[in-house]
Amino acid sequence: MTVYLVRRLLQALLVVFAMSVIVFVGVYAIGDPVEILISPDADQIERERAVQSLGLDLPLWHQYLVFLGNALQGDLGRSFVFNEPALKLILQRMPATLELAFGAMFISIVVGLPLGLYAGLRPNSPVSKTIMAGSILGFSLPTFWVGLMLIMVFAVQLGWLPSTGRGETATFLGVQWSFLTLNGLSHMAMPAINLALFKISLVIRLTRAGVRETMLMDYVKFARAKGLSPARVTFVHVFKNILIPVVTVVGLELGSTIAFSVVTESVFAWPGMGKLIIDSINVLDRPVIVAYLMIIVLMFITINLIVDLTYSLLDPRVRLEGKGA
Amino acid sequence: MAAPTLEVRNLRTHFFTRAGVVKAVDDVSFTVERGKVLGLVGESGSGKSVTGFSIIGLVDPPGRVVGGQILFQGRDLARISEEEMRDLRGNRIAMIFQDPMMTLNPVLRVDTQMIETVLAHKKVSAEEARQRARDTLGMVGIPSPDERLKSYPHQFSGGMRQRVAIAIALLHEPDLIIADEPTTALDVTIQGQILAEVQKLAATTGTSLIWITHDLSVVAGLADDIAVMYAGRIVEKGDVSAVLDAPLHPYTSGLIGSVPSRNKRGEPLRQIPGMTPSLLNLPPGCAFRSRCPRAAEACLAEPEIRELLPGRQVRCFHPLSETSEQAA
Repeated sequence: MTVYLVRRLLQALLVVFAMSVIVFVGVYAIGDPVEILISPDADQIERERAVQSLGLDLPLWHQYLVFLGNALQGDLGRSFVFNEPALKLILQRMPATLELAFGAMFISIVVGLPLGLYAGLRPNSPVSKTIMAGSILGFSLPTFWVGLMLIMVFAVQLGWLPSTGRGETATFLGVQWSFLTLNGLSHMAMPAINLALFKISLVIRLTRAGVRETMLMDYVKFARAKGLSPARVTFVHVFKNILIPVVTVVGLELGSTIAFSVVTESVFAWPGMGKLIIDSINVLDRPVIVAYLMIIVLMFITINLIVDLTYSLLDPRVRLEGKGA
Repeated sequence: MAAPTLEVRNLRTHFFTRAGVVKAVDDVSFTVERGKVLGLVGESGSGKSVTGFSIIGLVDPPGRVVGGQILFQGRDLARISEEEMRDLRGNRIAMIFQDPMMTLNPVLRVDTQMIETVLAHKKVSAEEARQRARDTLGMVGIPSPDERLKSYPHQFSGGMRQRVAIAIALLHEPDLIIADEPTTALDVTIQGQILAEVQKLAATTGTSLIWITHDLSVVAGLADDIAVMYAGRIVEKGDVSAVLDAPLHPYTSGLIGSVPSRNKRGEPLRQIPGMTPSLLNLPPGCAFRSRCPRAAEACLAEPEIRELLPGRQVRCFHPLSETSEQAA
């Protein structure tokens, strides 16, 4: 297990390094921030001084080495726009995005798993067919449109839920969280549901497919031949097997939800990382973009690692391979 | 003589598919006495496995038992509720499946899978259940059962897994075990060990066995009685050595002829020409007639099963009589 973990961590380091090169070069290729940052009527000398102070006069490889050196010390650069450390800017916005993403994940599991289980166990009942039809809607309706519709119905017409911002927050572990206050929760409800809709459908379909496949396995028939109750067969023998694909996909989805909840955050004016990155791209605020992408890379790697470790808890066959490595 | 463990009368199990009704089991009757072994023989798709699943009540839709009686110790299993059936399953009637690689749940430890079986039918403590599981594992010849209980199925070889499956079947000392080709997926030496083990257990505990197989040599060594199935029907049944020595039905004779043996060395192997007919829209008359060397006009009608010799039943208009030579 330890060997496995060390090997995975080394692999992760390599990925982070490779990604940093790609990200750095990629962002460099997007455009020159000087044009946007420096006022058009600045003279040549002012201009050069500004370029020098931002370190933009160095060749690309040199800029990268400076970035790498600083990054190793935990400094991902300063935002050109806010003149604050990029990392700090991102971390300030992170809790908002995190709670939104986890809220959405929570909803998708709590709603998706039981519905998928039901649809898998009774594939021919009208209820199951309704669930499956609904999941197609969840898949195909565009997020921004659903968001707007939610706002129109629940905020504008019914007036039940607020449509923008995080609402009241409470401090926990030194960070502001909306989900700890009732008002914050009511602000979170719509964006979280909006974000969850696609994932609910995904979980439903995965669970249903898994259940239908697993029900045909000999070991399920054998479990029934042992005289076990249907509940035991379903919730122990079938459920543990379908959890493997569900955990994988939900884990990966969590990553992309955190990274790319841009649309939902924009629609509901949720002050998260997604909004920050869009603003930064607009003004070519390179350090923020690079720092954001690096954080996302790290996060994906961490989530993948956690998913793999969960795997080994769920599937004993994976565990043995880890030991043998 | 005491009442038989199992008496199946005119069992019909049909599958209602979109393409039509598949009569997988059609008018099957047999009896299994206490402590006896019945070999249920036939080709793939002859309905022998479905017969087994019908008895234990695990025929999945679109299949359904549509007629007949399954009298288990006098109770008709075709009539009792699912609850009552579940009470019998794994308890009084157990089943062993064909592929030991697939019958154990890969993500649950062996002890979980055994203990749950004990607890499903007996109100004992988890510790007593574990005790029982360990004893049974030892009984089927698994070394250091205490350690093995904590293992996962993938840590066992195929033969060992089948022993575990057999141990699970034996946990409650059932009155009837239905074994659906349990040794087909194993190599010959393991097969031999398992057969010997099962034979011993059946003899000592008085358990009746239905041994479903296509392997005549297994039946020859293990079974007391044999029932040969073809296209969902029993075409011949009787005492195992009597049937194998002098088959009455041309199909049985063909099956025996298809087995390579030392004293037929050098001769071309006799095969049954053609294929098993599709059970969907089976034409009327004898199902075997298109492949039968003795088929005649009369075979266009449906033959009834009849007792030709004492204890020997056959479903054929032109049976091979005992005196005529087998090669007919």
